[in-house]
Amino acid sequence: MPYNAPVDNAQRRTVSFPESKPPPGPAPAARLAVRGLCSPFAGPFDFALHGGECIAVQGPSGAGKSVLLRMLADLDPHAGEALLDGRPCAAMAAPDWRARVVYQPAEPAWWEATAGEHFAPAQRDFVLGTLPALGLAPKSLDTAIERLSTGERQRLALLRSLACAPQVLLLDEPTAALDPASVTAAEDLLRSFLARGMALLIVTHSGEQARRLAHRTFYLEHGKLGPA
Amino acid sequence: MNAIHLGPWDLLGAALLIVADAALSLALRLGVHRQVLVAALRMVLQLSLVGLVLRHVFATASPAMTAAVVLFMIGAAAREVATRPRQRLARHMNYRISAAVVACASVATVLLALGTAVRPDPWYAPRYAIPLMGIVLGSVLNAASIALDAVLDAVVRERARIEARLALGTPFREAVAPLVRSATRRGMLPVVNQMSAAGIITLPGIMTGQLIAGMEPMEAVKYQVLLMFLLAGASGLASVGAAVLAVRALSDDRQRLRLDRIAGTKP
Repeated sequence: MPYNAPVDNAQRRTVSFPESKPPPGPAPAARLAVRGLCSPFAGPFDFALHGGECIAVQGPSGAGKSVLLRMLADLDPHAGEALLDGRPCAAMAAPDWRARVVYQPAEPAWWEATAGEHFAPAQRDFVLGTLPALGLAPKSLDTAIERLSTGERQRLALLRSLACAPQVLLLDEPTAALDPASVTAAEDLLRSFLARGMALLIVTHSGEQARRLAHRTFYLEHGKLGPA
Repeated sequence: MNAIHLGPWDLLGAALLIVADAALSLALRLGVHRQVLVAALRMVLQLSLVGLVLRHVFATASPAMTAAVVLFMIGAAAREVATRPRQRLARHMNYRISAAVVACASVATVLLALGTAVRPDPWYAPRYAIPLMGIVLGSVLNAASIALDAVLDAVVRERARIEARLALGTPFREAVAPLVRSATRRGMLPVVNQMSAAGIITLPGIMTGQLIAGMEPMEAVKYQVLLMFLLAGASGLASVGAAVLAVRALSDDRQRLRLDRIAGTKP
């Protein structure tokens, strides 16, 4: 199927998901609305993610979880649409969209010699203030990337994503390399951002993490999304 | 100028060196004797053919004939540039980029030389236009193929880093800028080396030819300096053009990195 081919409505499968935890009353406008989003490898996906809400996505390797996140970040060509606070992705400049809908892959990459060089000067206060919450020392910012442990790199990558103050954060296995204490610290930090209105879509293989963090959990298999 | 004319017997004497190379290959079991002999024979035939064509083109001084020779040279150089990189862009983009870069860089540089420094009459005089185009194309070919190869390799190698920057809201142009700069530098390196070594380590080919042909040394130097400037300008244009056009071909209107546009690469 061509990337930009219109999706046949008959082929769409709108998944009915369990009610989210946000309180009853008039439904708030979705922070991220996803309609018929699909690529030749996964989808179509239809769901809504609200501000302050966390959705966990589980499923076997190769099911299309990363493809879903990459399409939401507009890094892969796709059909269908995603809307941020009602604004279609296509109506926003790609860098603007990605600065608001931030994607962190399972293996975060670094392009400077130290982690500290990846932060803008304006992010410095946030970074220094948040490092302790992740169990990191300030010197980790000035250590050569290759001398940091995998866990330190993963926590610093989370910090780098959060420093962008995203409206929607897309995380792919963000705590896979962390010890239990660091996982708890990372989840606590994410909860504090959820409380401030950030929306979170997290891909995780850990059912425990999904239960601890997510308001709703979906299961993705063979490129199709369904209730867990 | 008092050029010493070479006869067939003079060349035959030098050809003994080729025979010596082949004999050395046989004696040391290098296995390159056949290649040496074939390459030498091919070079003699190619140059003789070019000599005959140029004699005819110079004699007629026809603009159409001059343009045809120049176009042929540009096409051959563009083909070389397109086929050298290890990575191939889909939809014949290697060829399209190479043709654009080689044509623009060489034609712009040669027109500048013909219009300002050399000023032959007529301005397209084949005796000047064709040799100038030839020497400029040699440099453009090197610069463009090195830059194209370097930038395509770098984009494939650095995919995760480029996408990590894109994912944080960095514009595509900014995310690939270090790769473009590095590829452009590599493309320009040969001509920078050539300029640095000229006169101290080597006597450049054109100057050597003119000195042997009897030209006064300072006149030969002026021609060589002019040519070096032309080669440097053309190499810069070709390097930056190849690198920029290649990364543009690997992006789309949503500023994604489209490695699926490299032939044989999965999206």
